[in-house]
Amino acid sequence: MSDNILEIKTLNVRFGGILAVNDISLDVRRGKIVTLIGANGAGKSTILRSVSGIVKPVHGEILFEGENIMGLTPEQIVKKGITLVPEGRRVFPNLTVLENLKMGAYLRKDDYEKDLSYVYRLFPRLEERSWQSAGTLSGGEQQMLAVGRALMSSPKLIMMDEPSLGLAPLVVRDIFSIIRTINENGITVLLIEQNANMALKTCDYGYVIETGNITMQGEGDKLLNDDRVKEAYLGKSRNG
Amino acid sequence: MNITSYLIRGLATGGQFALVAIGYTMVYGILKLINFAHGELFMVSGILMIYIVADLPTLPIGLAICLMAALTVFIGFLIEKFAYSPLRSAPRMSVMISAIGVSYLLQNLVSYITGGLSKQFPDIPVIGESVRFLGIKDKLTVFLSPVIAIVLTVILVQIINHTKFGMAMRAVSKDFETSQLMGIKINRVISITFAIGAFLAATGSVLYFAKNTGINHLSGANPGLKAFIAAVVGGIGSIPGAVVGALIIGVAESLAKAFGLADFSDVISFGLLIIILVVKPTGIFGEKTTEKV
Ligand SMILES: Nc1ncnc2c1ncn2[C@@H]1O[C@H](COP(=O)(O)OP(=O)(O)OP(=O)(O)O)[C@@H](O)[C@H]1O
Ligand SMILES: [Mg+2]
Repeated sequence: MSDNILEIKTLNVRFGGILAVNDISLDVRRGKIVTLIGANGAGKSTILRSVSGIVKPVHGEILFEGENIMGLTPEQIVKKGITLVPEGRRVFPNLTVLENLKMGAYLRKDDYEKDLSYVYRLFPRLEERSWQSAGTLSGGEQQMLAVGRALMSSPKLIMMDEPSLGLAPLVVRDIFSIIRTINENGITVLLIEQNANMALKTCDYGYVIETGNITMQGEGDKLLNDDRVKEAYLGKSRNG
Repeated sequence: MNITSYLIRGLATGGQFALVAIGYTMVYGILKLINFAHGELFMVSGILMIYIVADLPTLPIGLAICLMAALTVFIGFLIEKFAYSPLRSAPRMSVMISAIGVSYLLQNLVSYITGGLSKQFPDIPVIGESVRFLGIKDKLTVFLSPVIAIVLTVILVQIINHTKFGMAMRAVSKDFETSQLMGIKINRVISITFAIGAFLAATGSVLYFAKNTGINHLSGANPGLKAFIAAVVGGIGSIPGAVVGALIIGVAESLAKAFGLADFSDVISFGLLIIILVVKPTGIFGEKTTEKV
């Protein structure tokens, strides 16, 4: 087995006639934080949704720990150890915080108490509010819940789709520090971010995606200092 | 008949409607679909009972009821599998048209089999017998219906609120895709929802037809409509709402009869519907849809 926990090879996704992902190949090294940045509509979410089995690609290969998982159902993919924190949080508003967390452990037959206390240690706020219905949480709390819920499946790979979207700068910092903690605890992270600055500072490796194609890749620092990245994603062209 | 006996009959019909209304409200809760075929399924389960008892005369009646309920559940499952599940990502209007189609299909099928004639519902021992209770003499089914409806509702609500499957149902009702990401097989949850609805409709049909003797292919239309109104009055999507709505409709129609207004019973149901929707557009137990996006 290679060092890559996830390998995507020439992935193609179409919606009707529109090509959303065009022959994209990318690797995620085990134990690392890898980030995808790119403009709106570039195809980032579609890549993660393909890995989760929600979207059916036209062709390509998705290898998880060396095994092709393309064509498996979302349920089989969760069982393999992949989880997705979806774009826009998508907590179940009508379920309590605790129930949302239990939903994350839906497929588990073993005892998940340890993971529950792990999630509560990461997000003490969730424990305080465990009986509150998730729809009444603030945006930041909902994001914490979405991450906690994903962790409850005890994943090897956690994919997060824009976890900092719409959150206040302080909360964004919290979320990124949580991402690092999760990673230090041994979970590989594949992260999509609009906040390219924070994402590239946090990640080990990054890919830049433009209209369905990878246009640049490299280590976080390298991309952070790349002029094209600065101009397009870090908003530093004029005052730069 | 005095007013108390009308009241009790109203609660009885209400209880029977409630068992049908739960099917409407549960399917709506999960698929946002008014399953127009549900009233017809109710009628089909009555017809099944007639044929089972006629063709298997040696079968004890309790087993006949179980067989009928199992077949009804199976038909409910098939309807979902073939008429709704292929349309999962189609516009809601298409699914609704499919539901109307299934409803006519069932009517025509039954009318083909029965020749359009009314069939006599078999005598059901115990619940079909007359008893005296609170000084009122009526069939046991009349006294039993509201009790059975409420007991089954309480059990169902417990399952939905306190079991893992119930939690999955509530999750699926809000968000298919995220439920899939949790590893829930949404098609299975939807199938089971239809099965529960069909089972309750089958139970309701025994209680209902045990007092109303003749059944033909149109016998599902009125109870189906009333149960649907009940579900909307109670707040569609809410199970306790469906039950309360059904009891209100049942009692209102029975009281109308008491005052010699039997011919206006449909008007009264719809009148109640309009009044409640004007006062509270989401129905009595309906939740406001003010979720954060
Ligand atoms: N279910 C769908 N049906 C049709 N088109 C879709 C669907 N999902 C995505 N697309 C299209 O595919 C393209 C890529 O979408 P995607 O959501 O992957 O972009 P993204 O990079 O995540 O963008 P954002 O940063 O805005 O979230 C877009 O043009 C989008 O309109
Ligand atoms: Mg996206």
